[in-house]
Amino acid sequence: MSRYMGTAVKRVEDPRFLQGQGKYVANLSLPGMAYVAVKRSPLAHAKILGIDSSEAEALDGVIAVYTGQDLLDGGASFACGSLPCGFTPPDIVTPAHNPVAVDKVRHVGDAIAVVVAESSYIAEDALDLIDVDLDPLPVVVDARAALEDDAPLVHDDVGTNLSFHWPLGDEDAVNEALSDSDHVVELEFVNQRLIANAMEPRACAAEWDPSSESMTVWTTSQNPHTIRLLLGAFTLGIPEHKLRVISPDVGGGFGSKIFHYPEEVIVPWVARAIGRPAKWVASRTESYVTDAQGRDHITRAKIGVNDDGTITGLHVTTWANLGAYLSTFAPLIPTALYITLLSGVYKIPVIFGESYGAFTNTVPVDAYRGAGRPEASYLLETMVDLAARRLDMDPVELRRKNLIPSDEFPYQTPVALEYDSGNYQGLFDKIEELSEYQSLRQEQEKARAEGRLVGIGFSSCIEASGPAPSAVAVGLGAAIGLFESGSIRVHPTGKISVFTGSHSHGQGHETTFAQIVADELGVAMEDVEIVHGDTDRIPYGVGTYGSRSAAIGGSALVKSAEKIRDKLKKIAAHMLEASVEDMVYDQDEGTISVSGSPESAKTFAELAFAVTTADNLPEGMEPGLEETSFYDPANFTFPASAHTAMVEIDSKTGEVEVQSYAAVDDVGNVINPMIVEGQILGGIVQGVGQALWEHGIYGEDGQLLSGSMLSYAMPRADGFPSIAIDRIETPSPHNPLGVKGAGEMGTIAATATISSAVLDALAPLGVTHLNMPLTAEKIHNAIVAAGNGGGE
Amino acid sequence: MRVTIEVNGQTHESEVEPRILLVDFLRDDLGLTGTNVGCDTSQCGACTVHMDGMAVKSCTVLAVQADGSSVTTIEGLASNGHLHPMQQAFWDEHGLQCGFCTPGMIMASVKLVDGNREISDEEVRHGLEGNLCRCTGYQNIVKAVKAGAAAMGGQS
Amino acid sequence: MYPRPFDYVRADSVEQALDLRSETGGRFIAGGHSLLPMMKIRMTAPNALVDIGRIDGLKGIAADNGGFTIGALTTHSMVAAEGAEGFPAALSEAASMIGDPLVRNRGTVGGNVAHADPASDLPTVFSALGATMTAASKGGATRDIGAPEFFTGLFESALNSDELLTTVKVDAERAGRASAYAKLFNPASRYAVVGACAVVEIGEDGSCAACTVAVGGLTPKATVLESVANALTGNPVTEDSAESAARESIDEVGDDIMGDVYAGVDYRRQMLPVFVARAINAAASRAG
Repeated sequence: MSRYMGTAVKRVEDPRFLQGQGKYVANLSLPGMAYVAVKRSPLAHAKILGIDSSEAEALDGVIAVYTGQDLLDGGASFACGSLPCGFTPPDIVTPAHNPVAVDKVRHVGDAIAVVVAESSYIAEDALDLIDVDLDPLPVVVDARAALEDDAPLVHDDVGTNLSFHWPLGDEDAVNEALSDSDHVVELEFVNQRLIANAMEPRACAAEWDPSSESMTVWTTSQNPHTIRLLLGAFTLGIPEHKLRVISPDVGGGFGSKIFHYPEEVIVPWVARAIGRPAKWVASRTESYVTDAQGRDHITRAKIGVNDDGTITGLHVTTWANLGAYLSTFAPLIPTALYITLLSGVYKIPVIFGESYGAFTNTVPVDAYRGAGRPEASYLLETMVDLAARRLDMDPVELRRKNLIPSDEFPYQTPVALEYDSGNYQGLFDKIEELSEYQSLRQEQEKARAEGRLVGIGFSSCIEASGPAPSAVAVGLGAAIGLFESGSIRVHPTGKISVFTGSHSHGQGHETTFAQIVADELGVAMEDVEIVHGDTDRIPYGVGTYGSRSAAIGGSALVKSAEKIRDKLKKIAAHMLEASVEDMVYDQDEGTISVSGSPESAKTFAELAFAVTTADNLPEGMEPGLEETSFYDPANFTFPASAHTAMVEIDSKTGEVEVQSYAAVDDVGNVINPMIVEGQILGGIVQGVGQALWEHGIYGEDGQLLSGSMLSYAMPRADGFPSIAIDRIETPSPHNPLGVKGAGEMGTIAATATISSAVLDALAPLGVTHLNMPLTAEKIHNAIVAAGNGGGE
Repeated sequence: MRVTIEVNGQTHESEVEPRILLVDFLRDDLGLTGTNVGCDTSQCGACTVHMDGMAVKSCTVLAVQADGSSVTTIEGLASNGHLHPMQQAFWDEHGLQCGFCTPGMIMASVKLVDGNREISDEEVRHGLEGNLCRCTGYQNIVKAVKAGAAAMGGQS
Repeated sequence: MYPRPFDYVRADSVEQALDLRSETGGRFIAGGHSLLPMMKIRMTAPNALVDIGRIDGLKGIAADNGGFTIGALTTHSMVAAEGAEGFPAALSEAASMIGDPLVRNRGTVGGNVAHADPASDLPTVFSALGATMTAASKGGATRDIGAPEFFTGLFESALNSDELLTTVKVDAERAGRASAYAKLFNPASRYAVVGACAVVEIGEDGSCAACTVAVGGLTPKATVLESVANALTGNPVTEDSAESAARESIDEVGDDIMGDVYAGVDYRRQMLPVFVARAINAAASRAG
């Protein structure tokens, strides 16, 4: 019996946030600190002919102005290197990415010069005084257009805008299957550019200690060790053991804070150059043009289906927009996290998918909540809906016909992945019950009879979470293994510090990981403190993304707890003069006793202290009670979901109202249901945001036309009904917690669900597809076109 | 310019440049970093504080405009070591994840319920139009505000 | 994003405010919710701000023989919450749709109107209500400017740089009519994609005895739609007649429509009669 796991323990990290005591990077104040601001390109593509910073340097309170060349040369600081790419499949083209542009600028927001001043206000004044002579170049913003022969080259030296072509599957077999199918449904569509908009803008601070020649960098990162590795090995060349990277409280990430950003090079560089601590905090406007963005695919897909509803094959070609530079994990997203997910929860005999990664004059694109998997789910669910419509079959019925049966796990898909476990029929049963699917359809029938545009959306999604077995990841092109570390240090009084390589920026690890360790060792949660986000305190870390923390980071802690228990059992056996095999560790009580004689029990605290006095340990045993494990998973985990929504469209304006939303998710075992529910609710709203409102719109000239919260529509509280959620639990068989990961499922499912609902509402008008976001204007135009007999 | 601003019950006399935003005065001059800045277009509400009894966006108020005013920030909400009922409700109902929007969200919520102990879902959802959260999906915030309103027992 | 440096002076009276403005050449600031965001992105950089926010007597709403006088420093929250009998419903309604509650706590009627943002809500409502803006100038002189004439163009008003808007008045006749404001929100900014205000008097026979309709959001300035009013006046107000009268708006507004990335010109044009009709119907139902 576990005492904490499986229960909705209130979060232990909350009191500091509730009282304004969060330790965000922007809050950091160091003696003598200088403020950094970055001059950014107003143009999407231009040659830098000259930079005149003399006026800026003359301004009172300005300490220095630096250019890209200064950073490459090093001067009084380090010679900076190019920002590397951490995922490089075969034959990939990886152009240089200087932290500050030297030859030309390649997207609006590209760094041109760096100001250091006595205050952030003065630094911004100085930016206005820097005169940059830019010679505009032709611009390309669309991934497919970028691959045409006459497209402007984003990186002249590599001679192409094609970074990679990544095919997977047997294309001939798919073509044959499609030509043998009763029906082939074909669609070309766009999965639009998104902007993560974590509420905390990125920030970075740094302090150089000349006496030890070491650097401390505070940064808003989901993975401080990765940043340390990249700073050490590539961008600053500071030896890793002289480099400390701290990610304190981080205000949301959603993927956008995984990557190694130019400012993480600039700020420490400045700190050493001026011999003072330095800090940079992004304005939201800066975030819009510098944080790595998400999605942005153009896709052409064909699905084959027979009269009885059986799916026969799937063919997918995607042009993925990478932006102007390869962000740290950019090539991973439209490849190994996308094409491999195209089987969804369905048995599809043959699948072929390929993606072309293209450079454009836009902000770099990388992982954003879901990262590749929402694109795959949206694609597949959209195609399945269209197939159902072609066959005039209920979309849920068609899906059910093709589900992978529960007794076929582990299931090998035609696109490389082997699903660990699942119960998709169970998901469907539960969502039909929770959403009252049949009565929703009746309600819809009635509404349609009244001429109202009411739609019901459905999606059933899969996710490959918990990345990843290191051999698989590195085999595909990852530069590092994706295991995780977890250390447990038991102090002499029995209090426990836990060091995890995972990083919490909203996920609540300080609570869930304490629940795990407290249960594993039979101690009180309040005796366990979780430490994360500091490379000097944590042995090693890979970090938090891909819904991996519980499955990988949590499992590492389970392994370390096992080692602690084993050691304590040996000590107890020695003290009680019994054999180790006879010792019973009671995880409820936190005691060890000889089997059958509970009165012999030694408490956890007694044993912890015995390790410290160390005067009566078994022969050859070292004192001290601290264990570290590095957990490398055997496979991905495969959370799955089934969501439904009902929407109504205002036929006069095209506005969509989400009337109800129900979600059933299977994220495996659940450590803290309150936190898991919170992750799923938040994910759903983010996914709805993509379906209805959010869009990073680039003009032909490469200007980001939705570059602020005034024009990029963020989901607000008033856009939603109360969401009904439930779950089933199909444990992952290959990690000790049986967990699968809960961070992204909501987002992945919700986008497809809402799009499905809106298109269902418009189906009677003959509308077959609309690209997201499904804005009032777009929908209204479709309604008008349908009224004119045009359909779509 | 010399300003006198009462913050969380304590009077501060400071010399400020006219262009300093109230939020920067609170964060940089007084070290009250609980009030966050999440945008620069007066949209997100992370910087919400109470000024003379009203919830306002402190990124869109000059410190000199607050001269003579009484300001309460998130740091001033708990009293005698006890969380304010609204803070407690956000904790109980899991109304926060990363915590960045939380101070502003709580400050806005305290004024939103303003004596209305039975505030509806819809009133809360509309009343929080000016506060963005990217983590929670708002549902637990709505629950928290309702619970907080009830716990405040009609007090504002 | 921080404003450029400026001088700051504070006025205790209208007269002092006008003097300080002419001495400094600066701009007036009240709630600052139109001005400060523009200063932060450095779209505008006044050399000085004259803070009028504390001037006595400019804040509040006074009933005046059936009409209302709204002080320039009255906040949107105050307008939204105004419960006086006969206070135009459209005005409270529009005020409650500005920005968000926090913005409404600081933003002022005077600041909003003087800013003459085409996507703002109050100019439309004041135009339909035929409100009178009173501007003070040095030496105690005042000048009355009627809406919609007050709104001369995109972010432009009839206010001279040496004048200070002190009050907005709605007369008893218009205030006595039923009114409503209907708005299509931009989901990001909450500004009006289309905003329509109808002020309607229903005669004893149930037909429209008098009516004014104004729109904003899509036009460079708030615009009164005579043709819609003409089509409706004298006729019973039904959903059909409202819809048919509203269609007149398309011709009257003509090509004077602005689009943006959220909503293009054609879409806005098609939304125009929809929201005009909604405003008329809502006003008529209030009259009923």
